[in-house]
Amino acid sequence: MSTRTDWGRREPPLKGSNFELYGWFFMRISGLLLVLLAVGHMFIMHVFNDTLNLDYEFVAARWDTPYWRIFDWLLLTLSLLHGTNGLRVVLHDNLNDLTIRKLALSALYGTSLIFFILGTYVIIAFVSQS
Amino acid sequence: MDIDLKILRYDPESDRKGHWEYYTVEADPEERILDLLHKIKWFEDGTLSFRRSCAHGVCGSDAMVINGENMLACQVLVKEVSNPITIEPIRGLPVVKDLIVDMDPFFDSYKKIMPYLINENEPGERERLQSPEDRDKIEDTTKCILCAACTTSCPVFWTADSYIGPAAIVNAHRFIYDSRDEGSKQRLEILKDVNGAFRCRTAFNCTSACPRGIQVTKAIEDVKRETLLNN
Repeated sequence: MSTRTDWGRREPPLKGSNFELYGWFFMRISGLLLVLLAVGHMFIMHVFNDTLNLDYEFVAARWDTPYWRIFDWLLLTLSLLHGTNGLRVVLHDNLNDLTIRKLALSALYGTSLIFFILGTYVIIAFVSQS
Repeated sequence: MDIDLKILRYDPESDRKGHWEYYTVEADPEERILDLLHKIKWFEDGTLSFRRSCAHGVCGSDAMVINGENMLACQVLVKEVSNPITIEPIRGLPVVKDLIVDMDPFFDSYKKIMPYLINENEPGERERLQSPEDRDKIEDTTKCILCAACTTSCPVFWTADSYIGPAAIVNAHRFIYDSRDEGSKQRLEILKDVNGAFRCRTAFNCTSACPRGIQVTKAIEDVKRETLLNN
C-alpha cells in the first residue's frame, strides 16, 4: 500500500508569458551597450570635436560610411526601447486605473514609434548634398 | 524618563480616516516599544488596538511603522529611537482598527507560491536527507516569520497592490533552492508573471525593513536569475 499523501499536489499553472523576463534581461544588456554607445558619442561630439564646429559637412562626412549610420541607429533604437520600457514599468507601477493606464501606455508607445520611424528614416534616407 | 508617543489611530465605527493621538508614558531606556503600547492600553486608553503574540521577535505579529521605518515593536528599545516616537500601521494593507491591518491580501500572495514541499517520490525508509551545503542555500530565506515588514515597506506594493510582494518571493526562494523540493518550475512559472519577481525595482526597502536580517532583495534577484537560466 502506498504511503504517499496528496498534500500539496496541485495542477501546474498555465504556461505564462516570458515577456517580463525578457524585458528585464533586455534592460540589462541594452543598458550596458548604451553606456558604451552614449559615452562614445559624447567623446566624439564633445571631446575629440568641439560642438561649436559641428556642421552639415561633419555629419555628412560621418554618414558616408555605413558604420556610423549603424552606430547612430543603434544608439537611437536602444535608447528609445530602453526608455520606453522604463516608462512602461513606471506607468504600470503608478497607474492602477486600467483605462488611464491603457491611454498612457498607448500615448507612450505611439510617441516612441513616431520617433523611431522618423529617426530611422533620416538615417537610412540621408543623401549627402555636399 | 517621559516618552512622547504619536500614534495614528483609526476606529472604523466613527472615523472616516486615521487621526493622530498623543500620549506620554514613563519608560526606562531599556524598555521596548511594545512595553510602551502595553502601558497605554493597560493604564491609559484601553481602546488602543494592536497585534502581538510572542513579544520576542519570533511570531511576527507586531510589525508597525516606528518613526517612519517598518520594525517589530517587540524588538526595538526606547533608547534606539528618537523621542517623540511616531507609530503607524504598516502601509499598503487595509487598516482594520488602529495598528491592526487586514493581512488577507498578504497571505493570499504567500499561498500563491505554494509554500510547502512538493515531492511526488517516496521519502524512503527515513526522512529526506539534505547535505549541509544544500541546507546553506536556503539558510537565509528559512528565517522568514511572515511579519509583512518587507512587503509593506515596498514602494511598488504601496501603489500596485497586485504585486506579489517580497515576502512571497522570499518564501518561494526557500523552496526553489531546497534540494528536496521538485516544484521549482511551477513556482518560477508563477513568479515570472507581470506581478511576480520582475516587478521588483530593487529599492532595497525590504532588506532594511526585515527584522530577521534576511537579504530580501538578493533573494529576489536570485529568483530572477533562476528564471532566466532555468526557464
